[in-house]
Amino acid sequence: MRHVFSVAIGPVGFRVGSDWRGPVAALERLYASYPKPQDGIADFTVRLFADRPWRRFFRPKVMIGGDFVLPEAAPLSLEHGLLAAEMAMNLQMALGQRRYLLLHASAVERDGKALVMTGLSGAGKSTLAALLMTRGWRLMGDEFALLDPETGLIHAFPRLISLKNEAIAVMEAAATGGTFGPLLAETPKGAIRHLVPDTRSVAAMFEPARPALILFPTFGHEAATREVAPSEVFVRLTQASTNYVALAERGFTALTRLVAGTPARAIDYPDTESAIAQVEALWASL
Amino acid sequence: MATLYRAASPDSLIVAPVDLLTAIYHRASGQTHLMASPAPEILDALAEAPLDAAALLAKLRADYDLVDADPAVLAARLDELVETGLVERR
Amino acid sequence: MGVALDGHLLARALADPASVATLDSAGWQALLTMARAELLSATLAHRLDGIAKPVAAQRFLDDAKASCAQGRLVALWEVEMARRALGDLGVPVVLLKGSAFIAAGLAAGQGRFVGDLDILVPRAELDRVEAALLGAGWEWVKPDPYDDAYYRRWMHELPPLIHRERDRMIDVHHTILPLTARPTPDADALIADSIALPNGLHMLNSDDMICHAAAHLFADGDLSGGMRNLWDIHRLVDDFGIAGLAERARRHGLASAVRRALRLSHALYDTQLPDGWARSGSDDDLYLRRLTARDGWGRQTRPITRLAFYVRSHWLRMPPLMLARHLWTKWRKQAG
Repeated sequence: MRHVFSVAIGPVGFRVGSDWRGPVAALERLYASYPKPQDGIADFTVRLFADRPWRRFFRPKVMIGGDFVLPEAAPLSLEHGLLAAEMAMNLQMALGQRRYLLLHASAVERDGKALVMTGLSGAGKSTLAALLMTRGWRLMGDEFALLDPETGLIHAFPRLISLKNEAIAVMEAAATGGTFGPLLAETPKGAIRHLVPDTRSVAAMFEPARPALILFPTFGHEAATREVAPSEVFVRLTQASTNYVALAERGFTALTRLVAGTPARAIDYPDTESAIAQVEALWASL
Repeated sequence: MATLYRAASPDSLIVAPVDLLTAIYHRASGQTHLMASPAPEILDALAEAPLDAAALLAKLRADYDLVDADPAVLAARLDELVETGLVERR
Repeated sequence: MGVALDGHLLARALADPASVATLDSAGWQALLTMARAELLSATLAHRLDGIAKPVAAQRFLDDAKASCAQGRLVALWEVEMARRALGDLGVPVVLLKGSAFIAAGLAAGQGRFVGDLDILVPRAELDRVEAALLGAGWEWVKPDPYDDAYYRRWMHELPPLIHRERDRMIDVHHTILPLTARPTPDADALIADSIALPNGLHMLNSDDMICHAAAHLFADGDLSGGMRNLWDIHRLVDDFGIAGLAERARRHGLASAVRRALRLSHALYDTQLPDGWARSGSDDDLYLRRLTARDGWGRQTRPITRLAFYVRSHWLRMPPLMLARHLWTKWRKQAG
C-alpha cells in the first residue's frame, strides 16, 4: 500500500494503509501526539483502497478493508477519507477485539474513578464526554470503553472525538485551543467534525480507572434522574456490547461484576449545562 | 414410561443473581440466559438427577414452596428450557 | 533478504516454527496479517507456543487463540444439538471437516476455526433427517423453488438449513461431491466404514478424511482457503499415516486429487511421504501460485491465476450444457 500510518490508542495498535495521501496526512496531523504500536506490530490492519485502478483518480471512492470487514459496506468519497479510516478502526474493534469487553459508551475519569455513559446514538454520550473533558475530567474515550475481565477496570481508548451536527458548534465554542479535524459535510450521518482529546487525556491513555457510575443519558427532556435496576443495566449493556458473546465466560463474569458493583442512573436533560450539573451532583453523592 | 427431563450439570453453569432475575451462563453453549422464577429453581431441582414432570412438580412444591404450581405452566417453562438447551428430554 | 512476501512466509512459519527467529517487526506484521486472512492465526499461535517473539506478536496470537476457543465451544454445541435432534433416529450421522476434528480431539482440530456444521447421512434417510431437524428448530435459508429443485436433484447436500434461535447453519450431505461432478465417491463406504465417537455420532476414518479434504480442495472449490485445507491434510497425515490411502482414494475415484494434495502439502509444509509417493507433478507450480496468493496486507493477489481456478471450479461442478442451462434459467428469473 502506497501510504501507511500507524498509531497506538491505549492498549490497541492500528496500522492504516491507503491508496491516497489525503486520509493518511489527516491522521498524521491529528494523532501527532500519540505513541506508535508496541514493537512496531499493530493489533489490527485497516486498508483504504480503490476497488478499480481508475477509482484512485476519477471520482475516487474509498473502500474499507482490513482484518475484519463487513461485506457490502458502502464506499465513502475521498474527502471523507478520514471518516472512513475512523469507521474502519471502529469496525476492527467491534468485530475483532478479544482482550477487553467492549462497552458502547463514552468514559471520563476523575480521581482514578470512571464515569461510563452509554445509550443509543444521539443520546449525547460523545458530546457530554467532550464537554466534561473541557471541565477538568480526563477523557478516556467517546465510542468504546474497554472493560478488563481480569481486574474489572476500565481502560482508556481515546480516539478522535466524533462530533455530529449541532454538537460541532457546541464544542467549537467550548474547546478553545482544541485541535479539530476538517469539517466533513454531508456524510451519511450528517456533518461530522473530529476533536483531538486534550494533552492530558492523551498523556494518560495507559492509566485505567475503577468504574464508579454508569449513566444512561437521554437528551431533549426536562431534567430528571432515576435509578436503573441491575437487570436493566445488564440487558442494556449486553445489547450495547459488540463482543460480549465472543468473550464467552470472561464476558459474563466481567459484566455481572460490573453490574453488581457499580451504581447506575438514567438522566434526562434539556441542555448540556443541565446535564453537567446533574453529573456533578450524582458524582458528589456517591 | 414418562419423559425424563435432564438439566445441564451445575458445574456447566455460572449463576449470578441480578436483582429479581437470574443471569445464567451456560459453559457448554456459550449462551447467556436471563431468567425469572421458576426457571432457575427448575434447573436446581433437576441438578441431582433427571426427573419426569410429575416428580419435578412435587419437588418444586416441597423445596420451593411453590403453592400454586400448575402442571401446564410447568410444561411451558420446560419447553422453553429445552429450546435453550439447558434441559434435555430423555 | 529473501523472505517471500506471499503465503510461503506463513507456510514456512507453520512447518518450521523456529524459523520466525529471523523476522523483523515488518516481517512479523506481514506474517500475522496473512495468517489472520487465511484463518490460520490460531493454528500459528499453537505452532509458535514457547517460541521467543515480540510482546505485541504474542498478544495478537493470544487473541487468536481466545477467538478460536470460543468458536470451538459454539461449534461443539451445534454438534450436541444435532445429536439431540438426530440421535434417536437410528441413522448413522457422520461429522465432517472441522467439526469432526474438534469433536474427536484430533491434531487437525488444534487452532482450527470451525464454521457451519457439516454432516453426512445415507441418501435414503434424508427425508427423516430433514424432518427431525425442522422439528427441532432449524428452518430453510432460501425458499426459492428453482434453487431448491436444483439442489435436491444435483447437489450432494440438502439446501441449507439454519437454526431459528441460534442462527447457525447445518449442511446435510449425502455424499461428499456434487452429483454433477466427475469423481463419484462411494458414499455407502464412507458411512459403513466410519468410526463411532463416544457421543454416538460418527466421523470418517482417517483415509476417508484425507480423501474428503482433497476432494473438497480440488473438485469442489476454487482453492480459496486452500492453505488451511492443506494444513488439515498435513495434520491428518502426521497423525494417522497413509497406509491404505492409495487404495481407498482409488475406490472413491479420488486418486489423482489425493496424490496432488499430498504433493502440495509436502511442498508447503514438508509433509513426510513414504517412498512411492511422488513429490512433484505437472501444474503443481500453478496450484502453489494460487494457494499462496496472499500479501502482507492480507490481500488476495495474482488475480489472473485466481480467475483461472474460479472458472475451472464451476466447470468441474457442472457439465457445460447444464451450466449454460442453469445460468439461463437464473437469468430469466432475474430479468422476468
